[in-house]
Amino acid sequence: MEDAGFIIGSYAVTFAAIAAYAWRVRIRGRRLARRVPDDAKPWV
Amino acid sequence: MRRRTVAWAVAVKDLRVERRARVATLQVLPFAAIVMVLFAFALDSTAVVERVAPGLVWLATLFSMLVLVQRQFAVEAADGALDALRVAGVDPAAVFWGKAIALALQLAVLEVLLLGAAVVLYRTELRLDGVVLLVTTWVAATVALATVGTLYGGLAAGTTGRETLLPLLVFPVVAPVLIGATRAVEAALGTVGTPGDGWPWFGLVAVFAVAFGAGGTLAFGPLIDS
Amino acid sequence: MQVRSAPQPGTRDTGSRATRTLGLVTLVGIAWLLAFGLGFSPADRDQRESVRILYVHVPSAWLAYLAFVVTAVASGLYLFRKQHSLGWDHLAGASAEVGVLFMAITLVSGSLWGRLTWGEFWQWDARLTTTAFLFVTYVGYLAVRRLGGDHHQRARRSAVVALLAVLEIPLVHWSVRMWRSLHQEATVLSPDGDVKMDGLMLFSLIVGVIVFTLLYAWMVIHRQRTLTLEDVLDDEGLDAAIVERRREAEQPGVGSVAR
Repeated sequence: MEDAGFIIGSYAVTFAAIAAYAWRVRIRGRRLARRVPDDAKPWV
Repeated sequence: MRRRTVAWAVAVKDLRVERRARVATLQVLPFAAIVMVLFAFALDSTAVVERVAPGLVWLATLFSMLVLVQRQFAVEAADGALDALRVAGVDPAAVFWGKAIALALQLAVLEVLLLGAAVVLYRTELRLDGVVLLVTTWVAATVALATVGTLYGGLAAGTTGRETLLPLLVFPVVAPVLIGATRAVEAALGTVGTPGDGWPWFGLVAVFAVAFGAGGTLAFGPLIDS
Repeated sequence: MQVRSAPQPGTRDTGSRATRTLGLVTLVGIAWLLAFGLGFSPADRDQRESVRILYVHVPSAWLAYLAFVVTAVASGLYLFRKQHSLGWDHLAGASAEVGVLFMAITLVSGSLWGRLTWGEFWQWDARLTTTAFLFVTYVGYLAVRRLGGDHHQRARRSAVVALLAVLEIPLVHWSVRMWRSLHQEATVLSPDGDVKMDGLMLFSLIVGVIVFTLLYAWMVIHRQRTLTLEDVLDDEGLDAAIVERRREAEQPGVGSVAR
């Protein structure tokens, strides 16, 4: 595939950014969820 | 009190404060003049500078507007004036219009002076058949800038730590006004096209002015409620 | 609400059965997108392989716009309903954050696509310029959310800014289009799939849109829940401070006493 670098690069940047954001949100969520009693969590 | 009376009172008060604090005359005007000179140094080509003169004038106006709004809201915040007005139950829309009118008047004077500077520094020439377009654009752009500056100024300016927010919030709104006002004035001066070509651009600026006049009237109250 | 800081038994994170299912489906979708986008779909006649970038660029653009519409609607629901429920504020904030993320991806992928097809990383064309403007607008919105004050002050302020931002979108779009029509560039190609897509190419694009929608939903749900948790903990911190203050006030001669 010609221009493979740019194309793979685009996909890599896209999914790396999404993964990084998702990771951060999950980690923060875990840290916070531990300190909050379940009755204060609307999704439980 | 009727809204118009309150607005007028606020405008007069703002202009009086300005007369005493002299922010616009002592701080902003020299800043604007320096900016105009710096443009010439940076661009370093008479032909280029003459061609882009309208854009430079509006750019200098924008930068000056930011500085002006910052400094004036800072003066207010130091006295807690905005809070006092709110607590007293004054209609926030009237406060908005009063402040916007005062800001518009100061900006209008600034713009005339900057145009004069352009005539001197950038060899700008005015055309008789472009005067109507020039004046209407000047009014519309000034109203647009003043309403936007007052609206976001109330939110972002005056309190330490918030000042960098003002350019960020203002930029996406004010950039299209810059586009429209520059193209309109270019047409009015005949540097690009003829005055007839400029009217659609004036229309764009006018729509912004109306939109942010309306938006500001509604949004100013909730925005400064903190 | 009781003040606790010790770890509680029960759920340890912001997940639920719905999000776990959603996450699984999304991962499968991503695998499909990679397979079709990078593999099974053909190269384009004009753009050749660079069309593959569009399978992530176009969906992220659409989802960014959707995200901002959701922010605006949620802001309106917070502002104009009597309960002023903070849940809407959390949704607005979460959606805007994800929207900004997608917009950044749009700009980066678009610029890489541009490098391949136009030879330039950036063009002042109407769509790219408008996207850049919106990016700045919503970064501003996120900054406004951090200005401080209590939850409802933050919610009201950001809701107003979000609605103003929505007002700005058509105005910016219109003015940038007028501006660019002055400088007509004869490009047949534009980064929005004005290129005729059919068959496997269209399928790949649709897969992209579905996957990005799932990703959007998953990220917004989790982010909204963390925002809820942050507010709850904020309130707890405030409650604890009030309890402390009262305790101080009750002790004669100790600390400052409120009269």
